[in-house]
Amino acid sequence: MMHSIPLALEIRGLAKSFDRPAVDRLDLSVRTGEFYALLGPNGAGKTTTLRMIAGLIRPDAGSIRVAGIDALADPVAAKRLMAWISDEPMIYDKLTPREYLEFVAGLWGVAPDQAQANAQELLDWLALAPHADERCEGFSKGMRQKVALAGALVHEPRVIILDEPLTGLDAGSARQVKTVLRERVRSGGTIVMTTHILEVAERMADRIGVIAHGRLIAEGTLEELRLLAGSGVADIGGATLEDTFLALTAEQAEAA
Amino acid sequence: MIHAGSAVWFARHEARLAWRDWLAMMTAGKRERARAVAVGIAAFVIFMHAVAYSVVGRFAGAALDKHLLIGITATLLLSWLLMISQAMESMTRAFYSRSDLDLILASPVAAHKIFAVRISTVALSVAAMALPLAGPFVDMLALSGGARWLAAYGVIPAMGAAAAALAVAATVALFRIIGPKRTRLIAQVVAAVIGAAFVIGLQVAAILSYGTLSRSDVLQSDAVAALTPDVGSVVWWPARAVLGDAWALLGVIAASLILLAAVIAAVSPRFGEYAVTAAGSAASPARRARVRTAFRAASPRRTLRRKEWMLLWRDPWLVSQTLMQMLYLVPPAVLLWRSFSASGGGGAYNLLVPVLVMAAGQLAGGLAWLTISGEDAPDLVATAPIPRRFVLRAKIEAVLGVIALVFTPLLAAIAFASPWHALVTLCGIAIAAASATAIQLWFRTQAKRSLFRRRQVSSRVATFAEAFSSISWAAAAAVAAISVSLAIPPAAIALAILGGARYLSPRREAAG
Repeated sequence: MMHSIPLALEIRGLAKSFDRPAVDRLDLSVRTGEFYALLGPNGAGKTTTLRMIAGLIRPDAGSIRVAGIDALADPVAAKRLMAWISDEPMIYDKLTPREYLEFVAGLWGVAPDQAQANAQELLDWLALAPHADERCEGFSKGMRQKVALAGALVHEPRVIILDEPLTGLDAGSARQVKTVLRERVRSGGTIVMTTHILEVAERMADRIGVIAHGRLIAEGTLEELRLLAGSGVADIGGATLEDTFLALTAEQAEAA
Repeated sequence: MIHAGSAVWFARHEARLAWRDWLAMMTAGKRERARAVAVGIAAFVIFMHAVAYSVVGRFAGAALDKHLLIGITATLLLSWLLMISQAMESMTRAFYSRSDLDLILASPVAAHKIFAVRISTVALSVAAMALPLAGPFVDMLALSGGARWLAAYGVIPAMGAAAAALAVAATVALFRIIGPKRTRLIAQVVAAVIGAAFVIGLQVAAILSYGTLSRSDVLQSDAVAALTPDVGSVVWWPARAVLGDAWALLGVIAASLILLAAVIAAVSPRFGEYAVTAAGSAASPARRARVRTAFRAASPRRTLRRKEWMLLWRDPWLVSQTLMQMLYLVPPAVLLWRSFSASGGGGAYNLLVPVLVMAAGQLAGGLAWLTISGEDAPDLVATAPIPRRFVLRAKIEAVLGVIALVFTPLLAAIAFASPWHALVTLCGIAIAAASATAIQLWFRTQAKRSLFRRRQVSSRVATFAEAFSSISWAAAAAVAAISVSLAIPPAAIALAILGGARYLSPRREAAG
């Protein structure tokens, strides 16, 4: 079946081995404007997949297209459309949030006026405005993660890649981050996110992919996944994503 | 049987941690390198003995007089200042890094015991660090002049104890006077300049009195001899102890231990309180930057350069280290200034050329190592839509920009008096700085800047290659100032060092 909406991310036959295969001929498609959650047990290959998409690791085989651009042939053009956030906030202790956002906007070549307006909006949204001119060195994990998120959004990326962005955040910070991400999807952005907090995937994701041993073992909406899990879930109608996820990964473990 | 929680038990714990820390530092965490490190240390010890013999062998049989006492005392004073500097650095680290502090304070043991052990460990570690450098000189003096010189081995731990005591007292005093926030920066700056200040002071005195950079001219002068007390004075006890005077040795050891014990007794009960306050101040978010809401237009490369300069400027440790290197430029600057007033200052300019080239190489190496390898947001920069070579180029430009800023005024001053020397110095500075930067680029690692506080995490090969490259380029520039053709051999050596460093550097994927 052909999708009428163009794909924001298209991965074909992606493979990467370290001492053993981390990602094994993975195929994945994410539509524009979609919130896609990638789930999997520890060591399943989620982070390696996202790092290859972000251009941080070169794959052994396969292709990655970001909004139609071949990310391996023209990484600079693909990176222009993307933002990457890991669970460890990538910020500079000696810069203030405002200086950090100016730096990131400069790297992505955003016009100063536009960057300044975007930065102020993000600082307000994420409740960082009162600390906008304090150096980040004394910030909590939650504040640092919010600064990193603001940095990722200041250049208005079309595809946002997030690796466990809510790890270590308190409830208030997590809600602010989720609100900003939802808003970004509403305005046409695409989000690909890994998380161990299944409730987040359950509530926020349009589609969920389950990855194990470097391969996509299931994909779909929560309802579709429940049906796929089938006999592994006692009461399909009331099954949570956690039940479904455990059933799917248990099946995969048995098959392996 | 050692009881858990006793001072001896803590001492064993600290010794184990210190040993593993040292081993990891020397082997860069790779145990298979232990044999190579052992061979390297043995080679270093042999080399240092050869150096020591050539330097001090002729003094072994010197008769005891005031000039000998002044020479030994000045050497001890310099070593002691460097020990104080090292001890202050260790104490600042002990105060400001939380490390196992929470565990210690939450445990039911008497915390003052471990803090007493920790202060003693600082004393031992500064003495231990002095031993490989001082030991060969003591051995060679003993070999040439008799066993009496072995008494110097007793003076080294005594100096370590006194240095640790003074460093602890000074750090605590700073803490109480200017508060925990400022103490960190001030203590680092004081630690960085304290040793350099003595050498530089002597050099400036030598330049002003004799027109040379030689410190010994000042120390051996009759003017200094006339200003110092008689040979029987207590001031000479450390020097007499080195010369084998048993009573002086006992006096120096006793005085140092009493000083250390007094400081431990005074400080260790409140050490935890100080450390908690210091850690709290480090986490304070109150440091505000100058508010500037308007964003500036800049290309990605310029943005990167600006970021590097901002981070360099805001790094207090780096500023103190750079300040120390800049202090070493004070004597050449004084010499330059003095030469303006003298006719025919060619000799002075010939002396200045290698000093400036060497300083530029060292400063560039230090900055390049931190700028290229230290990156707090590697993923952010790697995911930015710019080629990787742009990032490296911007970092290199940031380093060379600082070198240009520091050395241009001195070059301009030399050019005013001797354009030829200025041209040679300019070429030497550019090549030495580029070489040091290239070496750090070849051996780059990737880590957060906060992990770079101690330069030891840099590759040993890179550190030595950078130092020898700077020395060779300095020699080449010095000779080139007199005759360009004579500069070919030292330049060839420098190129060979660069070639060797490139060959030994780790293989990398091509930049994308």
